[in-house]
Amino acid sequence: MGESLLSKKNQKIVKNGLWDTNPVTFQVLGICSALAVTTQVKTAIVLSIGLTVVTAFSNVVISLIRNFIPSNIRIIVQLTVVSALVITVDQILKAFAYDVSKQLSVFVGLIITNCIVMGRLEAFAMGNPPWKSFLDGLANGLGYSGVLVLIGIIREIFGAGTLLGFHVMPPAFYANGYVNNGMMLLAPGAFFLLGVIVWVQRSISGYSES
Amino acid sequence: MDILHYVNLAIKSIFVENILLAFFLGNCSYIACSKKVDTAMGLGVAVVFVMVICTPACWAIKHFLLAKGALGWAGLSNVDLSFLIFISFIAVISAMTQIVEMLVEKFSPALYSALGIFLPLIAVNCAILGAALFMDQRNYNFLESIVFGFGGGIGWALAIISMAAIRKKLAYSNIPAPLRGLGITMLLSGLLSMGFMCFAGIRL
Repeated sequence: MGESLLSKKNQKIVKNGLWDTNPVTFQVLGICSALAVTTQVKTAIVLSIGLTVVTAFSNVVISLIRNFIPSNIRIIVQLTVVSALVITVDQILKAFAYDVSKQLSVFVGLIITNCIVMGRLEAFAMGNPPWKSFLDGLANGLGYSGVLVLIGIIREIFGAGTLLGFHVMPPAFYANGYVNNGMMLLAPGAFFLLGVIVWVQRSISGYSES
Repeated sequence: MDILHYVNLAIKSIFVENILLAFFLGNCSYIACSKKVDTAMGLGVAVVFVMVICTPACWAIKHFLLAKGALGWAGLSNVDLSFLIFISFIAVISAMTQIVEMLVEKFSPALYSALGIFLPLIAVNCAILGAALFMDQRNYNFLESIVFGFGGGIGWALAIISMAAIRKKLAYSNIPAPLRGLGITMLLSGLLSMGFMCFAGIRL
């Protein structure tokens, strides 16, 4: 290795994943679970951790064996590696956080088909050495987690008046006729919110689709 | 055997609990492929097809191989392989997609070239795996799993085709630059999903 572990190039990889080419707002990947698990911050955080771990380690594994995979069956190889990792995450969640795992229901399993994982494997890990791939997976996972937790915070505060289960809306609001916005907890609220977040992020980063 | 039960399940999975607009499954290809009505239609049909086959196939795999005690016919009645559900479901789905792709190529080259890249991509469409996992979680029986696969597929196709139609009309509107593409599609999906929520009032 000619370069240090956190050289300029590697820092750029991290920054790309976190902000410039954020998986949700720029690459349009992994929207499904970004919306489905964000009615509460807790589930959002747990899924984020799971996804970041799976992305980072599947990137490493695929990057290690990238020169031995025949290109016409690579999707199946990738799916196998990813599902093995997801099974591990699922079993760990079931053992140590059973309630959350029940709440997440099918969405832990759906990490397998989460486009971020496959997208990064195809776009990055198939052509880069393990350490870079690990950084890329980690950064993209964290970039995704950022959006997920942000949506979770907004939906939980305005939809239920709580944050991580604690009441944060002042009782005085309710006394003066404030009502929790139930729409936030339903599907349309999630769609609107993500639309607005994408709008804001793209206004700041200056990216737009033609 | 109550026919009405299955009709209700179909209506529920198409409208009330639309797999895309209520559970957000299959959102990625929904956004990527809803720019033209033709491609949306083709992808919709392909998804219905794969889903109708895969959901019951996964049911069979689960009940004859993976569930606790399912291996009783092989003398292994204490074996519980249900932790293998994810990996075997995704294997079934990708194999099935491959078979469907080869069949379509053999028997209908026109449809094959129209669908192009989208056929293999169905393997990683979360709607399919999602439907299979919901089937597992809700303990559907064999017939129910066929109906649920069909209804889920039709619901998904309905959503992507209507979004493609809306986006076609949108081509003439002046949308703020950062909102173009993903942003406006999400806002529209919100409206669409609100429309579909009205079906929730139906008592089935």
